[in-house]
Amino acid sequence: MSIHIDHISKSYGKVNALDDISIQVDPGELFGLIGPDGAGKTTLFRILTTLLLPDHGSASVAGYDIIADFKAIRKQVGYMPGRFSLYQDLTVEENLRFFATIFGTTIAENYDLIRDIYVQIEPFKNRRAGKLSGGMKQKLALSCALIHKPKVLFLDEPTTGVDPVSRKEFWEMLKRLQAKGITILVSTPYMDEAALCDRIALIQDGRILEIDTPKAIVEHYPKPIFDVGAHNTYLLIEKLNAYVHKHSVFPFGEYIHYTDQRDGFDPLELRAYLKNEGLQNIHIERTKATIEDTFMELAKQ
Amino acid sequence: MKRFIGFVQKEFYHIFRDRRSLFILFGMPVAQIMLFGFAITNEINNVDIAILDRSQDASTKEIISKISSSEYFSILQHIKEEAEIEEVFKKGRVKAVLYFEKEFSKKLIKQHTAKVQIVTDATDPNVANTISNYINSILSHYQEEQNRAITQDYQIIPQSRMVYNAELKSVYMFVPGVMTVILMLVSAMMTSISITREKELGTMEILLVSPLNPVQVIIGKVFPYIFLSIINAAAIVILSIFVFHVPVKGSLFLLGLESVLFIVTSLALGILISTISATQQTAMMISLMGLMLPVILLSGFIFPISSMPVPLQVISNIVPAKWFIIIVKGIMLKGVGIHIVWKETLVLLGMTLLFIGLSVRKYKIRLE
Repeated sequence: MSIHIDHISKSYGKVNALDDISIQVDPGELFGLIGPDGAGKTTLFRILTTLLLPDHGSASVAGYDIIADFKAIRKQVGYMPGRFSLYQDLTVEENLRFFATIFGTTIAENYDLIRDIYVQIEPFKNRRAGKLSGGMKQKLALSCALIHKPKVLFLDEPTTGVDPVSRKEFWEMLKRLQAKGITILVSTPYMDEAALCDRIALIQDGRILEIDTPKAIVEHYPKPIFDVGAHNTYLLIEKLNAYVHKHSVFPFGEYIHYTDQRDGFDPLELRAYLKNEGLQNIHIERTKATIEDTFMELAKQ
Repeated sequence: MKRFIGFVQKEFYHIFRDRRSLFILFGMPVAQIMLFGFAITNEINNVDIAILDRSQDASTKEIISKISSSEYFSILQHIKEEAEIEEVFKKGRVKAVLYFEKEFSKKLIKQHTAKVQIVTDATDPNVANTISNYINSILSHYQEEQNRAITQDYQIIPQSRMVYNAELKSVYMFVPGVMTVILMLVSAMMTSISITREKELGTMEILLVSPLNPVQVIIGKVFPYIFLSIINAAAIVILSIFVFHVPVKGSLFLLGLESVLFIVTSLALGILISTISATQQTAMMISLMGLMLPVILLSGFIFPISSMPVPLQVISNIVPAKWFIIIVKGIMLKGVGIHIVWKETLVLLGMTLLFIGLSVRKYKIRLE
């Protein structure tokens, strides 16, 4: 149950939301679309779930063409839009029952699939969906998207606005669903979640920057990266940016990620420069590239 | 079928959990019919009038006593000068002044004609008109009695008689109108709002990505409102029969069928509105401005169509409510059957099919 995306383009007026996108998602894969807001992720989801027509190109989901066989696709896929899109005035159980009914099934029939997720919100099953917390809303939305045993699951930014603990739980659930043979396409603006996918596509301004496994993507990072720290981070960023040989400077956690233009870069030289500029407690250490570094590097080009 | 039942059940949850829509659905019909029945009325009862009698003779005294003994008028004061007329109107209580000329009785006997002037406060033209009609009829009664006494030949006395609503009860006129307004409001506005709500909250996105086809979604959305509108129509008819004693002279069954037809017309309009509006607010504005105003102003509910300028008369033909009001008035007040109102019924049916056709064509199976 794979997804083929073949040279898809879509524009709204003059804005190119998607520009010649081609992605191949294998059956049973957990595939991530990683990119900032406005990169075109939602547009791609809507095209694949047959809600929008592409301007150019073609795509198929689970073997069905998104234009000709849109009705077949609508029976096969589960879709969780980025915005919470359940009935706020219905209770948890009523929402779930409604979605089961319109897909011609019952909660009992597919309870196995959603059990892990649903047990966590079942104590609140008589609460109106609008009164749930962010994390519980996501779990309910996922339950509703899964209740008809879809072969392909589309999750558009499922963890946006969800607390870190719930986010972690959510990804564990995705892993379990993947183990049940469901192909999952998930988008997220969080780079740390990218590492949890089998493969990811980095996307920005409607273009694919790179598609690969998270591991390969960070290994492809072309330059050595250094963590740089000092007593005054603000001054440090300012001085690093002013350094003639700098290639890139990004704040990353408590340190600054720094790369140099030169091949034979000597950290001691940088230390001397920074000391000269009045910085104290200078710390420079070689580190590994992250997906975020790669993204920033690719986005620059 | 299970899907359909599930969908309809969900719609009922929405309706019963939203106080606003509950109020519009059930509070409005009762409030409107009570308002129109009791408060907004063209009937006159115990209207205060003033008398300016320059003759003070037998004839005028008899006329005045006839007027004051009728239940429609009570004489608030007698004035002496013409100049006082404006003064009493300005105070506001007096709605009409009856002004008898000098030597009324003498003139009436000798010249067979005497003048009495009816001055009415026309700030409310409908009431003024009614008052003047009532006084005229009392005067002509008097004249008739006098003529009988003096036996004059070839007197033509025009006699007007109000038929169908002989007592001129305005509630008779309002019931068909209110029924039309309510059915239109409930059916068109509520469905258009409930469909656009799904668009606004993003749930339409999920409904589209489901095996439900558009026709199922629309029928599921519309069905509860058909049901509730029928209840409303029945409630209005029951209220008018038992509270206002409006007779239903024709067949209740036919009235019911015609109401269902009009409900479907309104629902089709509601669906059409929902296909062209993206938010609940737009849907509500279009329903109110585009439907309610024509229904109230152009359907013959409040203003008779025959007294409108010709262009408006032409436009009134495309207002479905106009045809429904004709049908309801026919069945309720005149007791006519389908052989009389079939033309109006066909017009309504044609409009309904047109609206349904248009909304099916305009309904989007995708987001754009």
